[in-house]
Amino acid sequence: MATTYQVDKTVDAKGQVCPMPIVTLAKAFRDLSAGQILAITATDPGAKKDVAAWAEKTGNSLLEMVEANGVLTFYLKKV
Amino acid sequence: MAIDVPTVASTTATPLTPETDQLIERRIDALIGQRLDQLISEQVAAAMQKDPAKNKVAIIASKGTLDMAYPPLIIASAAAAMGEDVTIFFTFYGLNLLKKGGARHLQVAPIGNPAMPVPMPNIIGMLPGMTPMATWMMKTQFFAKHHVAPIEELLQECIDLGVKFIACQMTLDVMGIKPEELIDGVEIGGAATFINFANQAHITLFI
Repeated sequence: MATTYQVDKTVDAKGQVCPMPIVTLAKAFRDLSAGQILAITATDPGAKKDVAAWAEKTGNSLLEMVEANGVLTFYLKKV
Repeated sequence: MAIDVPTVASTTATPLTPETDQLIERRIDALIGQRLDQLISEQVAAAMQKDPAKNKVAIIASKGTLDMAYPPLIIASAAAAMGEDVTIFFTFYGLNLLKKGGARHLQVAPIGNPAMPVPMPNIIGMLPGMTPMATWMMKTQFFAKHHVAPIEELLQECIDLGVKFIACQMTLDVMGIKPEELIDGVEIGGAATFINFANQAHITLFI
């Protein structure tokens, strides 16, 4: 991992498939305040494109995606 | 771009050469072009922000089989998770999804369905018990094995994310379904209700 983030909340979407990872993400984001960072883990390969699309649509920032041993970790910042 | 450079130039001591004149003209043209582009894109962005159809998704769910119950609910929950205002209009067989406990009892028939993951000859598919078997197989061997959320869970996610459900009045009557047989929170309306919403939705799907 290139950067370490001050993560405010972590959610696990491992094992979930479309559309559940972004449903889990959207629900977790509700409780965050602007500027806070969420880390979400997923194993669905489709999440790579979907989380990026979610961030683009909702205007939140996808800081980084880290892939390790089949687990994707996305760091997102609430705008 | 017509500009009265000579007049301006006449007030100064040295008159402009035709080369300088051309240079000024080209520069002004370029600047105006840039500024116009910027102004137009600002205006377009502002107009799009105000577009009432920007964040709306209107879906018609007309199918009542296990396989075809998925697309409207997946699209609806994904759209709602992305901040869209989503309405699903359930009509004909789609109403089965809204019946209390209905989502759990959806089935898929192997007969006349060559696209089944494990195709079955029609002569076998027509035998009693084949539809429950195919349904069981799809639920356990395909959906559950690949961790796909069951229909009843997707329905609940849609509700939690604020997706609005509308049941078609006419088809409720045709199919003999009473409003009290439907899950809570369903509104009842007709085609005009759907059109009124879909008229202001960039995404409209018939499934």
